[in-house]
Amino acid sequence: MKTPKELRYTSSHEWVRRDGDGTLAVGITDHAQEQLGDIVFVEAPAAGRKVNAGEAVGVVESVKAASDIYAPVAGEIVGANADLSGEPQKVNEDAYSAWIYRIKPSNAADVDKLLDAAAYEKSAS
Amino acid sequence: MPRKTPLNELHRAAGARMVDFGGWDMPVNYGSQIEEHHAVRREAGMFDVSHMQAVDIEGHDARAFLRRAVANNVDKLATPGRALYTCMLNERGGVVDDLIVYFFRDDWLRIVVNAGTAAKDIAWLERLRGEWRSQIRITPRTDLAIVAVQGPRAREIVWKVFPQVKSATEALAPFNAAIVGDVMVGRTGYTGEDGFEIVLPAANVANAWKALAEAGARPCGLGARDTLRLEAGMNLYGQDMDDEISPLDAGLAWTVDLAPGRDFVGRAALESRGQRSDFLGLLLLDAGGVLRAHQKVSTPAGEGEITSGTFSPTLSRSIALARLPRGVAPGAMVHVQVRDKQLAARVVKLPFVRKGKILVETKETA
Repeated sequence: MKTPKELRYTSSHEWVRRDGDGTLAVGITDHAQEQLGDIVFVEAPAAGRKVNAGEAVGVVESVKAASDIYAPVAGEIVGANADLSGEPQKVNEDAYSAWIYRIKPSNAADVDKLLDAAAYEKSAS
Repeated sequence: MPRKTPLNELHRAAGARMVDFGGWDMPVNYGSQIEEHHAVRREAGMFDVSHMQAVDIEGHDARAFLRRAVANNVDKLATPGRALYTCMLNERGGVVDDLIVYFFRDDWLRIVVNAGTAAKDIAWLERLRGEWRSQIRITPRTDLAIVAVQGPRAREIVWKVFPQVKSATEALAPFNAAIVGDVMVGRTGYTGEDGFEIVLPAANVANAWKALAEAGARPCGLGARDTLRLEAGMNLYGQDMDDEISPLDAGLAWTVDLAPGRDFVGRAALESRGQRSDFLGLLLLDAGGVLRAHQKVSTPAGEGEITSGTFSPTLSRSIALARLPRGVAPGAMVHVQVRDKQLAARVVKLPFVRKGKILVETKETA
């Protein structure tokens, strides 16, 4: 299982990266893309939407199945990765560079409560 | 514990993702399901379908038994090796299973049924045998394995691995089979491509699988099998029809022989109910998701339902099979409820793809 140490994770298989501007990039883990198989559609949330932690905010569909993606923390959606609408397979190719959306957390410290790589690997195995 | 085919260890060693399918531990995909799909359309792929059950029906009244037991007429099987696709119906006209009947001799026919329904089918056949006081013997051939090799290169690959079957199968027409020694080769499949289904002793299948892979047949899982059959407009039992659905409402009227003079189980129910739905393809025009089973379809003639849906690797669009109100014709525009959205789709005649060629217009958008 590929689980970069510098990222944070949720038990619902999102990864979270802190970017310098105070926003978070969110995608699905390598383990999640492998379970889903060939991804053919990604629906990211609209910018400006205020969300709660754990709220379903988008959808990833593979050939086999549709799977919700969730907000790791409360906050406001500030952007989506437009590349994925034309090339959803980028999530399969490199799950950790294919961020799906960005969120500005209501409380920056909430990120510290997310799983670290070791805890995610344990929860996903 | 799900049952295992004789190829289970090879699938696991190849890194396949495994799922329980019809009570069997089967590979869904080995790597990319889409690449497996393309391999079958462009070159050759192979599937372990040993979960399907071959059942021999033997005895002097074998043909007479099947004439009453299934909805298509086995009297169409005039020459040895000829195959027939048919449904087996219950008294209500619902589909107990869909299957292929192979005719070899007047006292020996073979049927091949679905994995998840095999036990139910055999119990049903046993019941009919008792009721009709038939003399047939019903023998599930659990000693056999089945491999489907499909794609434009499939036949040449099979001949390379099984040179002994070449002369008997070179001139084999589609929907015919030949038996050579302990191997049965049928020019049948579930992909819309040319190819063979090989029925052979379970003890020999692992070596055959390795040799076929060596000769260029790419191992493909049930995931690709599903997208291929959907593009080919072929029904999947349990999804597109079941015990409560009439074959006439599942696009299978062509397999029901209602010529006068032959009684078969379910005939009276079919004739009194008639056809209530049309079974057609949908091509998704809007972006916004993937068509899936059970989504509701709004048409000018009322509501319909998707029975199977997926993303089509050949069309690079989402497609579906749908049961629609009668009178909805190919070309009609409909809307499908996908999560919180109504997405536009066009009704099309099946199949979407046959022998590597796209048969529906895909350029137009909503």
